[in-house]
Amino acid sequence: MTALSALFARDARVAIRIGGGAMMGVLFFLAVVTLVPFAIGPDLALLRRIGPAILWLGALLSSLLALDRLFANDHEDGSLDLILMARPPLELIVITKALAHWVTTGLPLVVAAPILGLFLNLDPAALSATVLTLLVGTPALTFIGVIGAALATALRRGGLLLPVLVLPLTIPVLIFGVAATNAAAVGPMPFETPFTILCALTLMSGVIGPFAAAATLRYGME
Amino acid sequence: MKLSGLDLTCIRGGRRVFSELSFSVAAGTALLLTGPNGAGKSSLLRMIAGLIRPAKGSLMLEGGDPELSVGEQSHYVGHQDPLKPALTVTENLVFWVRFLNGKAGVSAAASIEQGLDAVGLADLARLPAGYLSAGQRRRLSLARLLAVPRPIWLLDEPTTALDAASRDRLRRVMLDHLSGGGLIVAATHGPLGLVEAGQLRLGGSSMDGEEPARPEDVDAVDAVP
Repeated sequence: MTALSALFARDARVAIRIGGGAMMGVLFFLAVVTLVPFAIGPDLALLRRIGPAILWLGALLSSLLALDRLFANDHEDGSLDLILMARPPLELIVITKALAHWVTTGLPLVVAAPILGLFLNLDPAALSATVLTLLVGTPALTFIGVIGAALATALRRGGLLLPVLVLPLTIPVLIFGVAATNAAAVGPMPFETPFTILCALTLMSGVIGPFAAAATLRYGME
Repeated sequence: MKLSGLDLTCIRGGRRVFSELSFSVAAGTALLLTGPNGAGKSSLLRMIAGLIRPAKGSLMLEGGDPELSVGEQSHYVGHQDPLKPALTVTENLVFWVRFLNGKAGVSAAASIEQGLDAVGLADLARLPAGYLSAGQRRRLSLARLLAVPRPIWLLDEPTTALDAASRDRLRRVMLDHLSGGGLIVAATHGPLGLVEAGQLRLGGSSMDGEEPARPEDVDAVDAVP
């Protein structure tokens, strides 16, 4: 446990100290969300209707922003060799790194969402539903993203490979995240149905993602 | 404790790096891997560390912890220094000690101080590692060998970027490790100053890439278990 908590603390500290992780994601989120009203024009009713979708899209893109460095940084400075040799199972190490990444980049997005939601003329019910669905849904984005991060590192390709690989896999999360938010904001569907599916998606990706990423690293880094 | 490899074959990217290579190192002795660039020195070290699977052959460790793999009982020092520039010298070392040891506490704090002292970085303990020179970075990576006790040291060109004084210090540290019953496998181009070290010459040419490299002279270390 000490080994994993040390890894969590190191990753979180590096992300916060460089400022690349936490602040960059939030600023990118802000930029995306601010652009939308300019593109659509001052139609408040329309903004309110598509607001949750905009917030979800912004959060999705922002959470992928720093993800390709998750293993690549450790690969470049040789840490990954020592991590692969380490005693804790690689799957747990991947989960630890994913959690550290989510806490430093996903969680700030959830915190920033209600403020950005005001730009989009969202009412309090829609705001709270967006925050709740993002809180539950963004870990799924990270856990799906670690597969892409591991592949990008194993193939020694950075940049756009990760979004190209990962974005299609995040479609279900996006669908049910936005559906749950809309259900809470405008109805007529019950909120629980899409929300529980979103929870299930997060739990499933939390299992599949680390195993797939660990297998990728194990066989890809040779 | 005795580490031995039998008929090891390494294939990288479709190219045979070395084949049917055997060696053995006993506790208290060192094995130096020499040979031209591309002969497979680093590949052999990574194979022992468990980072590359041998295409053929097997690695054995007698007298080690049966529950742990060879890599889990080894220190591996590669070409890069696994340091985060944003963290201070102490934070970097504390991370590796806690991560490799799996335990924290008073003993860890003492071993960190001891490790930094031994590599002469105690004065820079609070400096971010990004400001260190290449030689200082290397010394900081080597500090984890002292802070976390492990019987097998796998060193890939450990003297890179080190000045004469640091090389001498490394030599003494390695001799201490050997006299304490540890064993060392090191890839090197220059002398490390270890007397009575066995030598394994990896031959072969890296230029044409056609000829499979063969071990020419397996000078086994006095193999008393």
